[in-house]
Parts: sequence; C-alpha cells; structure tokens
Amino acid sequence: MNLHKQDSTLQLETDVLVIGGGPAGTWAALTAAAKGSKVVLADKGYCGSSGATAPSGTGVWYVEPEVKQRQEAKLSRYFMGGRLAENDWMDRVLDQTYENMNRLAGWGYSFPIDPEGNVFRQGLQGPEYMRLMRKLVKRAGVKILDHSPALELLADEHGVGGAAGVSTQGGDPWRVTAGAVVIATGGCAFLSKALGCNVLTGDGYLMAAEAGAEMSGMEFSNAYAISPTFSSVTKTAYYRYASFYYEDGSVVEGAGSTKGRSVIAKKLLENRQVYARLDQAPADLQPLLRVGQTNFFLPFDRMGINPFTDMFPVTLRLEGTVRGTGGIHIVDDTCATKVPGLYAAGDAATRELICGGFTGGGSHNAAWAMSSGSFAGEGAAAYAKSLGQHAARREVHGLSSAPIVSSRTYGSTLQKPPIAAEEYIRAVQEEVMPYDRNLFRSDEGLRDSLYRLDRVWKSIRHEPIHLDYQAVKRREAAAMTVTARWMYRSAQARTETRGMHKRIDYPDVDETQRYRLITSGLDDISVRAQRVSEEAVSL
Amino acid sequence: MWLCIKVCPTNVFDRTETGLPLIARQEDCQTCFICEVYCPVDALYVSPYADIKQQVTEQELVSVGIIGSWREIIGWGRGRTRLAEIDETPFIDRILPPQGTISS
Ligand SMILES: Cc1cc2nc3c(=O)[nH]c(=O)nc-3n(C[C@H](O)[C@H](O)[C@H](O)COP(=O)(O)OP(=O)(O)OC[C@H]3O[C@@H](n4cnc5c(N)ncnc54)[C@H](O)[C@@H]3O)c2cc1C
Ligand code: SF4
Repeated sequence: MNLHKQDSTLQLETDVLVIGGGPAGTWAALTAAAKGSKVVLADKGYCGSSGATAPSGTGVWYVEPEVKQRQEAKLSRYFMGGRLAENDWMDRVLDQTYENMNRLAGWGYSFPIDPEGNVFRQGLQGPEYMRLMRKLVKRAGVKILDHSPALELLADEHGVGGAAGVSTQGGDPWRVTAGAVVIATGGCAFLSKALGCNVLTGDGYLMAAEAGAEMSGMEFSNAYAISPTFSSVTKTAYYRYASFYYEDGSVVEGAGSTKGRSVIAKKLLENRQVYARLDQAPADLQPLLRVGQTNFFLPFDRMGINPFTDMFPVTLRLEGTVRGTGGIHIVDDTCATKVPGLYAAGDAATRELICGGFTGGGSHNAAWAMSSGSFAGEGAAAYAKSLGQHAARREVHGLSSAPIVSSRTYGSTLQKPPIAAEEYIRAVQEEVMPYDRNLFRSDEGLRDSLYRLDRVWKSIRHEPIHLDYQAVKRREAAAMTVTARWMYRSAQARTETRGMHKRIDYPDVDETQRYRLITSGLDDISVRAQRVSEEAVSL
Repeated sequence: MWLCIKVCPTNVFDRTETGLPLIARQEDCQTCFICEVYCPVDALYVSPYADIKQQVTEQELVSVGIIGSWREIIGWGRGRTRLAEIDETPFIDRILPPQGTISS
C-alpha cells in the first residue's frame, strides 16, 4: 500500500536507514557512517533518552580476552539458557563488546577507577552512555529524526529500500528511501510501564514480518521483573538481598529474586500480597549499593521508605522480550534477515545466539545490543554500497498489512475506526500479562489466548490507518497483537520446559527438543524447528 | 527549545502558544525520570507512582529537597561530579551473593 505523498512529507534519500536510536541503533549508525555510508536514524522518542537503557544503569558483558575468563563467561548462562547459545557467536560478541567498551573510554566516557587504580568497564550509566552515543552519532554526520516513529517499511521486488512514518511533534509524515535498513526498535514489553519500556511495542517485529522476515525464540518472551507495586523501577539485582514476607511479617517460603520468582507469582495469583525488605544487605554495603543503581532508590526516597529496614509491597511487571531472548531471526554474521536489504540488531533481533532461552538481564543484553548493532551497521553499509549509486532512488512501496492512508483521503471517504487502539491494546494485555497465562503456560491456556488474539488480529489488520500521530498507537496495537500470537504459537509448539519458557503440562526438559523455533507469517503463522550449531561449549 | 519537550520519550509535553511546555498527555508518562534529569532549572518532579496521580505542591517539594534531586544524584549540572565516574556497579560482582544469575 502506498503512502499518499503529501506536500508536507519530509522526503530523504540515504544509504542506510536505522530505525530506533537505543544502544543497538546508535552503534549501527556509527559503524555504518564509519564505513562511509550516508546514514539517517529515526527514533520514536528521542535518540539519547528513549528505550530500555537510557533511564537505567546497565551491567555489560565485558570480559578480558583471556582463555579461562572467557570460558567461564560463556558457561555462565549456557545451561540456564537450555544449551541453545552458540560458541562462535558468544566469541564474536565478547570480542566486539570488549572493543566497543574500550572505544567508549577513548571517546570520553568516564569509567570508574577502583582503589587499586584499575579501570572498571563492566557497567554503563544509561543517561550518560546514551547522551554520549547521541553526540557521537551526530558528530559522525548522521541525520537524526527524533519523535519520528517508523510505521512501515518500503520495498520493491529486490528487497527492502526504506521506511515511512510520521512525526509525533507536528504530525508531518516522513519517508526515507535507503539502500539498506537496520531495525533496532528494541523488544516488546506490552506497555507494562517497566522502566523505559513504553516505547517498546514490537513495531520492528511487525514491520520486518510484513517484509517477509521470520522470528526466532518467541517462546522466550515471558520475562517478569520484580518492582515495588507502586513504581515503574524494575531494577532487580538488589532483590538478591531481599527477604519476602506476608503482610503479618511471616516469611514467604521459597520466594527469591531469581529461581524464587515463581513462588512470588503464585502468591500474587492467590491474591496474597507479597512484601520485600532488603534486610540481607550488610550495613557497610548499603552506601555502595546506593551509588551502583541510584534510580533503584528513587521511588523509595520519594515515598519515605527505607528499603533496607521497611517492608514494601512488590509485584512482577512484564518485560516481554526486552529481558527475554526472542526476536527477528538473523541468518548470517552481519545480522541480516532473510529479506535482502533488511538487518536487525539489539532486542529487536533474537538474542538466543548468545544466551539461548534465558537472560533475565545483566550484561548479555547490553553486550548484544552494542555488538549486533556494530555487525548490522557494517553489513548494511556493505549491502548499500553493493547496490551502487542509485539504490535510494528505487520505486518502493509501503508494506503495512493494514492500509495506511493520507489524512485527506481518510477525512473524505473513510469512517473513523469502530474500535479504539486502546481497546485492542487492553485485549492483548489481558492475554499476555497474567502470570497464569504467560509465566505458567499450558496447552489449554495458550489455545484459549490464541483463539482470542487471532480474532483481534483479524479485526485490526483490515482497518485502514489514518496517517497522523494516531497511526502510531494503531500500529503499536497491531505489533503487540502479532507479537503475542508468535509468542504463544511457539510456546504451544515447545512441549517442554526450557530456559524461561515454563509449561506446567510439560515441566521437564526434553532433550529431543534442543532446537530453535522459527515462526513466520502474519495471518497464518507457522512454526519450524532449526538445529543449533553442534559446536558445544565445553566445560 | 524546552528540553523536556525534546527529550521525553513518550511525548507527554506540548508547547503552548507562548512557547512554554505543558503536560498534555500525563497518561502516556512512563515514569522514567528522564525529563527531571535533563531539566536545567529543576522545574520538574516525577512522582514515584507509576499508575496513580500524586497531588503535590511546589512548596512541598522544595521544602523536602526532592525537586532536582535526581539530577543532582547523577551529577549533571555545573560543578558536579558525574555519577559514571564513581559508579561502582562493576564492583557489585565482588560483593553480591553468588546465588543464581545476575539480574539487573
Ligand atoms: C529496567 C531494565 C534494566 C536493564 N538492565 C540491564 C543490565 O543491567 N544489563 C543488560 O545487559 N541489559 C539490561 N537491560 C536490557 C537492556 O536495557 C536492553 O537489552 C537494551 O536496551 C537493548 O537495546 P536496544 O537498542 O536494542 O533497544 P532500546 O534501548 O530499547 O532502544 C530501542 C529504541 O527504538 C525506538 N523505537 C521503538 N519503536 C520504534 C519505531 N516504530 N520507530 C522508530 N523508533 C522506534 C525506541 O524509541 C528506542 O529508542 C535492562 C532492561 C530494563 C528494562
Ligand atoms: S518521566 Fe514521564 S514526562 Fe518525564 S520524560 Fe519520562 S515519560 Fe516523559
């Protein structure tokens, strides 16, 4: 479907278009620019403050290139991830992350120095890191479009050649034709208000699938993070110091921040409020903890709660694929998808290659974002170059599954949509947020949810979309709907418990299912198994 | 250009005719505290509540020293030390109990 060109449309031609300006997108843009490509980066929010990294501090998988340390690093989550990670990919990501972090130091990021004078590079402060990335991207000559969500990809018979969207500040449409496109739109947290995640609605998955790309590992999409019930701050590391209680102060047996998260979920499902208190943190460590993840303390300080001595109610917030591992299936070392000209990086791409079916958070994700961003930026630059001079002048058309029409056409010939985007969004949230549907899965529950989700999709996919900033919510609703369907279709196909995917009707690992699940299709979804490269990680 | 209008990821603010920022879509706020960090004049306060509106007055906030506190903590603004330089998250691996996996 073509976007009707309007006079007010911002039109640009470039070699590489990057969609999403978090760590993955900014590294992709920097790398492509360094290879000599002309680059445009469009972000739904503001490149530098938007996405899951910007408001937080993140641990980074930065490991010295020494055999023993690297080996330990690779093994650290290999089994927890259900042995779906690949040795070569872990090596490449460890190397690239090491290089990128050292470059950041050279570019002016101030890493802390310990009392013995060693520089520590295993962490980044989100606001600082992303502000620096924006500066570097601008300095590299990349054109940034802020508050400019992409709504659909553009393509011709040779492959993807750009994207179109709208400015949420001003409402003007934009259209960028490009030799290659990198999708770095982050994961999908279903508007759960997990910290920094409400811009992450799976838009990139939807756009990629409309172009013919496949997804991988979508069953590993049920990450839930602990947070105080009143707050969005889903920083969970410190809950290792927590004890969990009922209202009367008696201990919740078996509850914990890692394996014991299911116990918390079960109590919450029984409508029993669970409380936490970080009473296992030694007094001398408390000031140190405050510096490490300061925003963890922000809501407590504002409420007058001392989390080390006071009990506070907790909940589990869905973070979907942001701290899950599923995403767009990539087919080679350059993070290419199976569609020519289309690349994926960061949370938008599957992270199974380095952590299999489990991550939870902590360092692998940040490492994957910066490394896959670099790989994809380089791949996209090379692809655009291979197309030659006139690549960006191709006759490309929009791929949205629901027709996107200009305001004028809309106003004169089309009805207002009968169902508001918010209603669709609520319908999807009702299927993916409850712990007894998504955390504890069963064939029956998945089938029920899929029946309803398929109906939502059938309704939403035919409704024409009015090209103004309202279009953003409608596309978000569509993206969340189809993401939930891929999740549950692959969850249904995996009749075992592996990584973060838990089936109450199949509570054990089934060794014959040690493969990845690739999902494809929008209206009709199919699932196939793909072998994991046999080179095992040795002990 | 007012920084909050620019940096808010979910576009909560609008510019009024006089050019001043206005909280136009509070329901879209994701409580990420970004606008507070970027505000050079400490004019913003993000309530800790993710889902309910908190009624506060500016005097209350100023009197308890909360307004601008997050910007001060991360060390933005003239004459302050950036938190990144003294961030000891990396040292946490040495001190966190070794159970299970590192979450974040
Ligand atoms: C609370 C929390 C704590 C975390 N802590 C850690 C940690 O300690 N260590 C770790 O390794 N990982 C951690 N993670 C995970 C880590 O933040 C993510 O893996 C990382 O941010 C992924 O980077 P990204 O660039 O792929 O996506 P993001 O940083 O999420 O950026 C995606 C960008 O795409 C933009 N976008 C979305 N849709 C569109 C569209 N349609 N058009 C244009 N732009 C779009 C968004 O505005 C955003 O700027 C944490 C996550 C959370 C939520
Ligand atoms: S706290 Fe709310 S208003 Fe402020 S930047 Fe974040 S989303 Fe925007």
